[in-house]
Amino acid sequence: MATVELKDVRKTYGGRVEAVKGVSIDIPDGAMCVLVGPSGCGKSTLLRMIAGLEEITSGTVSIGGEVVNTRGPAERDIAMVFQNYALYPHMKVYDNMAYGLRNRGMAKDEIDRRVREAAATLGLAELLERRPRELSGGQRQRVAMGRAIVRSPKAFLFDEPLSNLDAKLRGQMRIEIKNLQRALGVTSVYVTHDQVEAMTLADTLVVMNGGIAEQIDTPMAIYEKPASIFVAGFIGSPAMNLLAAHGAEQGKGLTLASGGAIKPRDLAAPEAGRQVLLGVRPEHLTLVSDSKNADIEMKVTAVETLGADTLAHGRPVAGDARGGELIARLPGSVRISEDDVLPLAIDAGAAHLFDAGTGKRI
Amino acid sequence: MADTTAPQSTAAVLGRREEGAMLGISRTSRYIAHAILILGVIVVAFPIYYTFVASTHSLQTILRPPLPLLPGDRFFDNYYQALFGGVGRIGGVSVDLLLFNTTVMALGIAVGKIIISVLSAFAIVFFRFPGRMFFFWVIFITLMLPVEVRILPTYKVMVDLGLIDTYTGLILPLMASATATLLFRQFFLTIPGELVEAARVDGAGPWRFFKDILLPLSKTNIAALFVIMFIYGWTQYLWPLLVTNRNDMNTIVIALRKMISFADADTQWHLVMVTSILAILPPIMVVLFMQRWFVKGLVETEK
Ligand SMILES: Nc1ncnc2c1ncn2[C@@H]1O[C@H](COP(=O)(O)OP(=O)(O)OP(=O)(O)O)[C@@H](O)[C@H]1O
Ligand SMILES: [Mg+2]
Repeated sequence: MATVELKDVRKTYGGRVEAVKGVSIDIPDGAMCVLVGPSGCGKSTLLRMIAGLEEITSGTVSIGGEVVNTRGPAERDIAMVFQNYALYPHMKVYDNMAYGLRNRGMAKDEIDRRVREAAATLGLAELLERRPRELSGGQRQRVAMGRAIVRSPKAFLFDEPLSNLDAKLRGQMRIEIKNLQRALGVTSVYVTHDQVEAMTLADTLVVMNGGIAEQIDTPMAIYEKPASIFVAGFIGSPAMNLLAAHGAEQGKGLTLASGGAIKPRDLAAPEAGRQVLLGVRPEHLTLVSDSKNADIEMKVTAVETLGADTLAHGRPVAGDARGGELIARLPGSVRISEDDVLPLAIDAGAAHLFDAGTGKRI
Repeated sequence: MADTTAPQSTAAVLGRREEGAMLGISRTSRYIAHAILILGVIVVAFPIYYTFVASTHSLQTILRPPLPLLPGDRFFDNYYQALFGGVGRIGGVSVDLLLFNTTVMALGIAVGKIIISVLSAFAIVFFRFPGRMFFFWVIFITLMLPVEVRILPTYKVMVDLGLIDTYTGLILPLMASATATLLFRQFFLTIPGELVEAARVDGAGPWRFFKDILLPLSKTNIAALFVIMFIYGWTQYLWPLLVTNRNDMNTIVIALRKMISFADADTQWHLVMVTSILAILPPIMVVLFMQRWFVKGLVETEK
């Protein structure tokens, strides 16, 4: 067990493609750090640099306080769980788990003890004599976990370990991984592009975009205070609405492009005329009785009835929303249909302000 | 655990699928299919059967056509004579020494080729070193030069090295194989990168990775290549003819040729037939023995 620290880590492939552009993360001992971001943002590259599978162009990676830049993956004392499990197809489950220990010259009975213990923890005790091809996807996933656990490494590294499982199993394994990681207290780095996975697993969440870490914080802090419009749009489902607005006259809050005026309570009002984006999560748009009380009016284009909630997709009647679309999460009891014009109030206290130019939180 | 219904082993699935396919075919077409297969087998097997029949008759019977279609009564006599009566026959060399020579050569070529090609493919696929692609292409180009084309320079080299009439001389020039190297290269390229990385994380150095992971995964390929290369070595004619002068270094194929004189009457045809049968037995045994590995490999491979 150990801390994992990244200092201004960069990766350039073949001297041209800059995949990771200076990322610094401190992961405390025993914490679970989740890297999340869209495809191609450099999550895997970053993880593989921690693992020692990819050379570090510049910056330092330290595990347990020691810089490990020049060490190979085996000498970093990490264990990795791969997306496609990467089990050795010709070895039995037992040998798959024991292989790394044997290579380290561990005594036979100690290996046996560890493998059986891990197998018992993961419910694999009956399957030790099977070969990977005789296992279901979920079981293979467990064997891959077992192979990591038996090593008692300083850190676990996961690269989208659940993406090959069906939704139900994924949910189940997610909880298992979380519990296991808590119980073992091993510092972990987990890569995913699934934000639900990211939110539920993370102690520290890193939202990556285009090779940089846009925001590093606890999942709730990121949800409540996204640092940029990218994070705002990426975390939370459905995505946050972003409405064009500009600062109103002194002390009057801001004016929406739709014409409505609004004074977000906790937010410092921007200086007059400054172009901003007002971020409002779908659940913070509420239906009001008539257009006089409304901050914005929406023409409905599609309705998703989820039971407890109804999602109303639509366009603002006036003004401008980012991507041209608005989504409101309304109570399930509300009956609406396409082409309705909904008067909506914005919960100003829960709104976010971003600079329209830089995309950064104000 | 909720999800533990073991999936059918691939073998079972395959077996079932085959059965299903069979059931879909009508009875008549099945007979036709079998008739065609049997006809094919007869066409291929008849010469061999006839050789066997000839090997059990006396020389007189063979020379007086037509040759009977059924085995005769000279089985033990002929085989005893061929195996143990050898003195003065094929240049004073007994059949078992010839078989031994041929086995050494065929095994040497098969094993040597496999070792060299597995190792070179391993280097080319899994290591980055200067001139990697250059070496790959050099190996590739040798594909276009069959033994016969480079036979003269090769012979000269063997003479200079004093390797005439040695097993090394028989084996070495036939060992380098671009085909096998390419085959292994293609196979190694299909091994997922994740597997290689998992082994690295598990602390397996290149040698361990080769021994513990690459070789076991290549089992089927190795078995297939072994059979092909063994038979290739066993049936070599031109090269052994050139590189051996002494009769006791002959291979069975060369000896067979020597047994057949130009004057038909001088040829001990019944013994030639016995020797032919003896000459094809080892390759058949190799195929039968290796077949287990093929089938196993075919059933076990997963992608
Ligand atoms: N070996 C390589 N050579 C050159 N460029 C590469 C290489 N590997 C990755 N890249 C590039 O680096 C960037 C980051 O890749 P990476 O695999 O880290 O993405 P990712 O965030 O893991 O995406 P995904 O969610 O799709 O797995 C991509 O633009 C990719 O094209
Ligand atoms: Mg990836």
